[in-house]
Order: sequence, then C-alpha cells, then structure tokens
Amino acid sequence: MATTAGSKVASPWPQVTPTPLYQPNGRPDIPTLERIARIIRRDIVQMTALAGSGHPGGSLSAVEILVTLYFCVMRHNPSDPSWPDRDRFILSKAHACPVLYAVLARCGYFPVEELATFRRINSRLQGHAHIMTPGVEFSGGSLGQGLSFGIGCALAGRLDNRPYRVYVLLGDGECDEGQVWEGAMAASHYKVDNLTVILDRNRIQNDRFTSEAMELEPLAEKWRAFGWAVQEVDGHSFPALLDALEGARQVKGRPSIIIAHTVKGRGVSFMENNPDFHGRAPTPQELAQALKELGDEG
Amino acid sequence: MAQWTLASTREAYGKALLELGREDPRIVVLGADLNKSTQTVHFAKAFPERFFDVGIAEANMMSIAAGLASAGKIPFCSTFTVFGVCRAYDQLRISIAQPALNVKVVCSHAGIITGEDGMSAHGIEDLALVLALPTFTVVAPCDAPETVSAVRAIARHPGPCYMRVYRPATPVVHTNGSPFVLGKAEVLRPGTDATIIACGSMVPWALEAALLLDGQGISCRVVNVHTLRPLDEDAILRCARETGAIVTAEEHLVYGGLGALVAQTLARTCPVPVEMVGLTRYAESGTPQHLLEKYGLTPRHIAQAVQRAVARKG
Repeated sequence: MATTAGSKVASPWPQVTPTPLYQPNGRPDIPTLERIARIIRRDIVQMTALAGSGHPGGSLSAVEILVTLYFCVMRHNPSDPSWPDRDRFILSKAHACPVLYAVLARCGYFPVEELATFRRINSRLQGHAHIMTPGVEFSGGSLGQGLSFGIGCALAGRLDNRPYRVYVLLGDGECDEGQVWEGAMAASHYKVDNLTVILDRNRIQNDRFTSEAMELEPLAEKWRAFGWAVQEVDGHSFPALLDALEGARQVKGRPSIIIAHTVKGRGVSFMENNPDFHGRAPTPQELAQALKELGDEG
Repeated sequence: MAQWTLASTREAYGKALLELGREDPRIVVLGADLNKSTQTVHFAKAFPERFFDVGIAEANMMSIAAGLASAGKIPFCSTFTVFGVCRAYDQLRISIAQPALNVKVVCSHAGIITGEDGMSAHGIEDLALVLALPTFTVVAPCDAPETVSAVRAIARHPGPCYMRVYRPATPVVHTNGSPFVLGKAEVLRPGTDATIIACGSMVPWALEAALLLDGQGISCRVVNVHTLRPLDEDAILRCARETGAIVTAEEHLVYGGLGALVAQTLARTCPVPVEMVGLTRYAESGTPQHLLEKYGLTPRHIAQAVQRAVARKG
C-alpha cells in the first residue's frame, strides 16, 4: 500500500479550530484584509503541497478577489449556507478551489483543519469544486459553465424578488470556451443586472500564456460589444476591487464585468507569472521557500 | 397493420407543461429556438416571465437551468434530442448530473420517425448517453396519455430527469388512461412463451407483433418499460423466469439502450435467450414508415426476433 499523497508534509493546521476571521457585520480595514490574504495564501500553498497536486497558480491570483467578496461585500452566513437570500459566489474556474476552500474555512463554513483533507479519499474538499462542500454553490471542472449557471441563479432571484446578488469568477483562459459568450449574450439579452462577473486576468492558462494559446484581446471591447458594463482594475488592490464591486452594483439594466488584472502565482516569487504552477503543487522544499516569502500569519 | 388512433406525444407534453405551470409557480421552462416544435410555446404564451428562450445555445440552456434549479426552481429544458443530449452532453454531466440538480430535460424528435430531416436529426443515441449519467432518471413514454402522466411524475420526482417524445403522432396504446408509475413496468398483454419488452414508440408495434405470433401458436407477453432508470428489474426477471425468452424493442441504437439494460439485468441472475430489436447504424431521409421498414423496426421484425428467441430456448 502506497503512502498517502504528500505525506512528507505534516498538516500545518491546528486540531482546534481558530476563531473565524469573518465578521458578519464588520468591514475589515485594509491592513486586516492584507493579513487575511496572507493567511489564505499560506493555506493555498500548504493545501496543495500536502495534497501533492492541485492548482496553486490560479488560486493565488484570485486571493484578493475572494477576500474582498467574502469578507467585505457579500451578504452570507457561514452557519446557514443555504440561506435563500444569500449572495452567491460561483467559481466557474473550479480548479482554483484551493482559494475558495481556504476562504470558506476562514469564514467558518467548516473547520480549518479540514483543509488537510483536500483531494484525499472521503474528503468534502474535492479536486474541483463540488456542492458537497458547505458554502460551494457550483460544481465545476469543465470550463465555461459557471456564467450560465450564475445567470440561472440571478434569474431565479429576480423572479422571486429576492435581494441577492450573484458573483461569478471566470478565468481568462476559460474565455476560450464558446459557452462563455453564449452566457455573455444571454445575460445582456435578459438584462441580468443582479450579476457581476469578475474575470481573473492572470494571462496564463494550462499550457502557456493566453496570448500564445488563443489571443483574447481586445477583451474589454469584446465584453462591451456584448452589452456589458466593463471595468478594469488591479485585481490585487483591495481599494480598487471594493470600488469596482460597488460600481457594478450601481449598474442597472445590464450585466457588469470587472476585468481584474492579476499575476498568476501572486505572492510567491518562483510561482509568479510561471505557467508551470498552473497545475502543479509545490514540493516540500518549494513550500518552505513559499512560506518564508509569504511571511507568518500575524 | 391494426387500426390505431394517433396522437402527438410532443403536443401532449406541451399541454401537460401548461397545466403544470398553472399549478406550480416553481416550474420554469427554457427553450433554444425550437419552441413551436417542442410545444413549449403554450407555456411561453401563458407564463412569459417564467419562460426563457436562450436562442440556439443548448449548452447555455442546460447550465442556466442548473442555476435556476439551485435556487429552488423546477426548470424544464426542451429542444430536439440530438441537440439537448448530444450537443449539450458536457453540461448535462457537469452542471446537472454531478451536483444532481432538479432539472428536467424533455427532448422531442426522438428516433428515426423524425423522418425526412435525415440522420443528423434522428435522435437514436440519447438513451445510452443519458443512461451513462448515473443520477438521471430516464423515461420514454409510449404514447400521448402516458406522456402526460410521465411529465407530472418527473415534475414531482426530485433530481435530474430525462424524457423523450416524438415528432409525428403515434398510436395511442392507453385508450382508457395511463396507469403510469415511475419505475414500474406495465404488463400490456399476458403471454407464456416469450416476452417483448419495449419502450416508447415501439410499444404499439410490440403489441401488433404479439397478435401476429398468436396466429403462429406463440403466446407472447408484452411489457412496457417506460422508465429505463430506475429499471424495474423485478418485473424483467419475472418475465424471464415465467416465459423463458426475451425480445427487446426500442427506437434507438442497440448500443447502451433498453436492450443492453435488460441483457445486463438478466445476465446476472436469469440468463435466458435475448434478442434485440433496435438500430445498429445511422439511418437516412425518408418517411417514418419507409424508415421503420428499411431499418427493421416493424411488427414483423419484432415477431421474427421472438421466433428466434423461442427457438433458442433450451
């Protein structure tokens, strides 16, 4: 019998769950958000290293986006994941689930120590996001479907006069998929304005840079041409993301998208802008280096 | 051929959906620019706010439906079988089947009786493909009355459901109403020498085949297996034990459809002779009648299969 994957790396999480970082009625200040982002990044590299596989690059690029949504913007209740009026977050690029699991755990949806079970047998933390995990809204793993799913959630909310908003995180490479543009047309046609897409523009897909695999530019113009309100921001800047998300909320009569310019692998020098870390976990040595660079939790 | 009253299964679907829409506000309907053909147009006129035409974009339709279901709606998606299943298969798998969401996929223009539009329009792979998605309930009603019952049953049944209906009007088997129970096979005719297990449009032809066999001294039972999942394995095993020979009949490829399911069931516990009536290749343009004759799906073909099965009995 082989040893379990990544068993050379010990679980870094305590057996006693720390107090969730999420404050339902408070908006953390920027230094606190930065501290949370650092904790999430440490979780991501440790989770993937421990599993011996996974997708750290596109998780690290989306940290500030998810932290802004879950800790500042979205109305949600970690102790009641199926609250009908909750805002919904759809991780269309479901391979980036390490960032989602870390954020959900740190919000209190499930114990932080459960992150050590990522990708293991009998775990609720699947290799691609699945609704079996408390707080996960969408089961993915084949790109291009999350925007359409989000449109469905948003239309249902509109039919029932519910106040919730739907946020969909798309990958940039994901925009190669034709269904993304079917969804872009439909959201515009049905004037779905309780929906915001955030596009993680980290410029790298599985094999190589997006410009080499399939040119996406002019990307903002494409979305504008499909009838969307488009904003472009620094996807690692909390103030910029907060402004853009508020701006998107003000848009009426059409859907809105925030193209968040990010760096794949952000926060770890040897992962940054490196296609190799789209779908490869850090080795124990690389993990040690990554944690050193990220700094401690405090 | 016997004299049958004909009725359209897709019209029956459209009317049943309209009634359901009146009864349950959670019902929403999605279409992909074939709403007149699939007969969802009646629902669309009555409940425009609950109807979403996504244009010619079946993949988008299925994932939007999944999102609607995740927020408590009961979406019905309708297009042709070839588009709803073949074109949007990945969406059926990822968006609907794997999270087991409460989406109903009802596709029309199943089988070769779609006719003149030819092989691209003949939905003959749908059952195999959807049966390969283990969370899907799969229903193939045999006539218009049964279609009405089946629509109501799948609307009540939680989880992903697939149902197929047909382009042309087909014979009405249930002239006195349909006793449809999801997952329960229906014995339409008693018999002791062999059993024809049929689904969908082949059921009336199975009944005609049994009549032909009467004249040859073969007493043939006919069973309507309208639900392919969950399969009524007990009923199938009982037929095998009591009649000793089984013929399956489906307007679908024999690869992975009703015949394969029945054979799989029998192989485990009661291996009796099985003959399969179904398609083994793509068909072509033609009238439904010409196609059924050329591709071997008539009462005569079923009766010949029964003779072969009976001859193989030990």
